[in-house]
Amino acid sequence: MPMAAAEIERMIRDAIPDATVTITDLAGDGDHYAAHVVAASFRGVSRVERTRRVYQALGGRMGGELHALQLTTDIPAGE
Amino acid sequence: MTDQVQDRIGELVAGNDVLLFMKGTPLFPQCGFSSRAIAILDRLGVAYESVDVLQDMDIRQGIKAFSDWPTIPQLYVKGEFVGGSDIMMEMYETGELAALMADKGVARAE
Repeated sequence: MPMAAAEIERMIRDAIPDATVTITDLAGDGDHYAAHVVAASFRGVSRVERTRRVYQALGGRMGGELHALQLTTDIPAGE
Repeated sequence: MTDQVQDRIGELVAGNDVLLFMKGTPLFPQCGFSSRAIAILDRLGVAYESVDVLQDMDIRQGIKAFSDWPTIPQLYVKGEFVGGSDIMMEMYETGELAALMADKGVARAE
C-alpha cells in the first residue's frame, strides 16, 4: 500500500520537530512523491546525514513502501 | 546478513574508484533513480563501474546494511559513500560532485 502524503509529513515532523515539509505528488498516483525537508537543525550536518535522519523518521518504510520518494533537504533561507 | 557478503561488498568498494550500485546496467537501467544516477556520471565524464543489484539478492540486501542506507542506487567514490540519486543530483547542480571527483583524483572516462 502506498502512503498518504499527510502520513509521510507527520512521520518526518514527529522525528524532526523543527522541519518544514513540502510533499509533491509527482505522478498523481499517491505513490511517487517528492519531499523537501527544511530544518534549522540540519545546519552543519552533511547531506548524507540529513537524508539518513529523514529515512530514520520514516521508520523502515523507505525503500519498501516508499521506493519512489525523491528527497531533498535544506536549511532555512537567510540563515 | 553474513560477513561474507559484507566482505565482498567491501572488496568491490575498495577495488573501484567510482562504483555505482544500481538496478540494471548503465545501458539498461531498471529504475528511474538508477537511470538518473547514470546520466549524472556520464555527464561528469568520469570512468565508473556498476553493480546490478537485481542480479544478486545477497548484494541487494547487503548493500543496505553496508551503508546504513535503505535505497538504491548508491554511489561510492574512493571507498567513501556519497549518497543516492537525489544527493548526486543536488551535488551535480552545485558543482560539488565534479569538485569531489577532482579532489579524489578520479580518472576521466576514455
